[in-house]
Amino acid sequence: MMLESTWFFLWGLLWAVFFMTDGFDLGIGTIYPFLGKNDEEKRVMINSLGPLWDGNEVWLITAGGVTFAAFPLVYSVMFSALYTPLMLILFALIIRGVSFEFRGLSNKKSWVRIWDTSIFVGSFLPSLLFGVAFANIFMGIPIDENGIMQGNLFSLLNPYGILGGILFVVLFVVHGLLWICIRGFGDLKKRASNLVKKIWIAEVVVIVGFLGASYIYTNLFDNYFKYPALWLILVFAVICLLMIRFYISKEKYFFAWAFSASTIVFCTFFGIAGLFPNLFPSSINPDFSLTAFNASSSPYTLKIMLGIVIVFIPIVIAYQSFAYKLFSTKVDPKDLTY
Amino acid sequence: MDVVFLSRLQFAAATIFHFLFVPLTLGLSIMVAYMETKYVRTKNPLYLSMTKFWGKLFLINFAVGVVTGITLEFQFGTNWSKYSTYVGDIFGSLLAIEATVAFFLESTLIGIWVFGWKKLSAKAHAFVMWLVAIGGSISAVWILIANAWMQHPVGYTIRNGRAELTDFMAVITQKFAILTILHTLSAAYVLSAFFVMSISAWHLLKKSNVEFFSKSFRIGLVMGLLSTVFVVAEGDFHAVDIAKVQPAKLAAMETHWETQAKAPVFLFSWPDEENERNIIEIGRIPGVLSFLAFHDINAPVQGLKEFPKDERPPVAITALAFKIMVGLGFLFLGLMITGWFLRNKLSEKPWFLKIMVISLPLPYIAIEAGWVLAEVGRQPWIVYGLLKTSDAASPIAAGQVLTTLIGFIVLYGLLGIAGFYMIFKNALKGPKDLAH
Repeated sequence: MMLESTWFFLWGLLWAVFFMTDGFDLGIGTIYPFLGKNDEEKRVMINSLGPLWDGNEVWLITAGGVTFAAFPLVYSVMFSALYTPLMLILFALIIRGVSFEFRGLSNKKSWVRIWDTSIFVGSFLPSLLFGVAFANIFMGIPIDENGIMQGNLFSLLNPYGILGGILFVVLFVVHGLLWICIRGFGDLKKRASNLVKKIWIAEVVVIVGFLGASYIYTNLFDNYFKYPALWLILVFAVICLLMIRFYISKEKYFFAWAFSASTIVFCTFFGIAGLFPNLFPSSINPDFSLTAFNASSSPYTLKIMLGIVIVFIPIVIAYQSFAYKLFSTKVDPKDLTY
Repeated sequence: MDVVFLSRLQFAAATIFHFLFVPLTLGLSIMVAYMETKYVRTKNPLYLSMTKFWGKLFLINFAVGVVTGITLEFQFGTNWSKYSTYVGDIFGSLLAIEATVAFFLESTLIGIWVFGWKKLSAKAHAFVMWLVAIGGSISAVWILIANAWMQHPVGYTIRNGRAELTDFMAVITQKFAILTILHTLSAAYVLSAFFVMSISAWHLLKKSNVEFFSKSFRIGLVMGLLSTVFVVAEGDFHAVDIAKVQPAKLAAMETHWETQAKAPVFLFSWPDEENERNIIEIGRIPGVLSFLAFHDINAPVQGLKEFPKDERPPVAITALAFKIMVGLGFLFLGLMITGWFLRNKLSEKPWFLKIMVISLPLPYIAIEAGWVLAEVGRQPWIVYGLLKTSDAASPIAAGQVLTTLIGFIVLYGLLGIAGFYMIFKNALKGPKDLAH
């Protein structure tokens, strides 16, 4: 029981860390075609995420891999049930990844335009679809007793699902704009810091709206009434959200960014804690839901994987922190790689 | 068309495409790290521009390789959910370990390498490239351990209707895995060496940047010679192991129908699978198959007829892939030995340089043929002897798979064209434009 619960927590944590890290570069990809006034500004923004996006995306691979390793049944049912949205996400991420590399290889306007569009679509679409997918998981997916999905992409695009998508986009855009405030300069930085103040208000509105909608559409709050200590997650989320604004006013953007990261983690954990012990609840019949206890790997595998994660994840965090520290300075416009 | 067939096509398209870029990532990273180390040691700016020139090609190739790898991690779930449920306890762990232990390292440090020229000391910067190279090869090791388990499952028990892990060490140290790792890594190094030699030969023929490309060629030649000798010799051990653990694959490789002692090989043969015989048999050499498989010309080798029809791999594809791989392997050996003897007078031997230029696609063909042999030769099993491919697909609509299959072909087609175009455009431009 303990082992499975630990893995449930780690599973949620890995997805949360993926959203927290890749969130800012997805956010920049979504906003930069509109924020950049000229090619140099656009390049500054792409270079601000250039050294980090690839390492961030490995959290997705790891979250997927850990789902496979610790909860094979969830991995199989989740990804086959969500076949179309997941494939769309993967195609989008493929296009986005090469776009960073290809964009700077030629100065031709038409060439640059292709990859600008690709980066936008490749960033916006995954943000939206991850939100849609997770909101639908919070609500329950129409899977039958064999784990077969009784619906399609369009049944996922219900009001609550779309609200989840908007939530993710807004969270990521704020996160990305704050990163531009850290690494940008001059006029670009000014525009980013003005815009982030406005979008922060939208972030507050959407979060409140999403919590209200969660109360109506989902059973997430059942756990909160059962274990009142869980409300702390929401308290922390609110504190972090306010701290973002506080540090924006102080123009201490790195702190604002760090609290934005924490906001994303607590927002994800709001849902994860409400789901427990379900990883993939069925909206048809709770008996068909996949839980930490009926979908997990053998205790032996869970123990080995726990050992691996305990040893290696801190190492990963150490060298990724090093990378973040190295690349949290202003982008040098004379030394643009992309 | 059914879901299984479409999913197989999709997986084949996605992996074959992904593997057009992986081997070069594995080998070129080592050569770039070596060049940069040479630069740090000698301070010779020639090595710096070599690092930047080959590094640039490495990065374009890496970008396509890394993004196409992401889909593979998820395709087991999307298209092979029954397989994933059955093997997740073992196979899933190996993939998760790969990401945690190696892929993170490679992906995080490549960012530091690309953007860190002015932020790190020269020594630290070169060290980062070594970590990228090591991360890449360790990553391959875990993926190949996972693949080896599909080829020869060990360390498991069947419980709760699935394969559950009972002995982790047995899985990661089994002989089949070690042979697969050695074979694949050294083949990847062969391909990378040919890549460097081919492009260098092209420039040497044009007499552009002669010193630069002579030195590059030499680095490629050393790596190419060592890895080619290794891959050919190791391939022999690999075949011996396959004879033991996958006799049906061995029989298909050699279109060998009847169990017999002094089993022959053919220089060329073509099977008639319907009537269980060969239509074409050219150059029969008796005893060689027995010798290759068991190191004894009198040893009996099981023929395909020993196996029920529905447990035989597609013979023609397996045999053809095997012959292409082995034939090219020996061709590479010949080229590398020739190259070694000509190493100090390359500019006087344009015929050899020309051969090296046009040889560029061959290691790509050889390495993909090797994978076709490994995977098609394992059929009809997805996990050898445990689970059939036909029982492994997801319960999804064929239309969904067809849509994404078309998507994959279009997207990867464009990506492949753009990727190789950019690689060769930059390769043929030479190092001059990279002075900054």
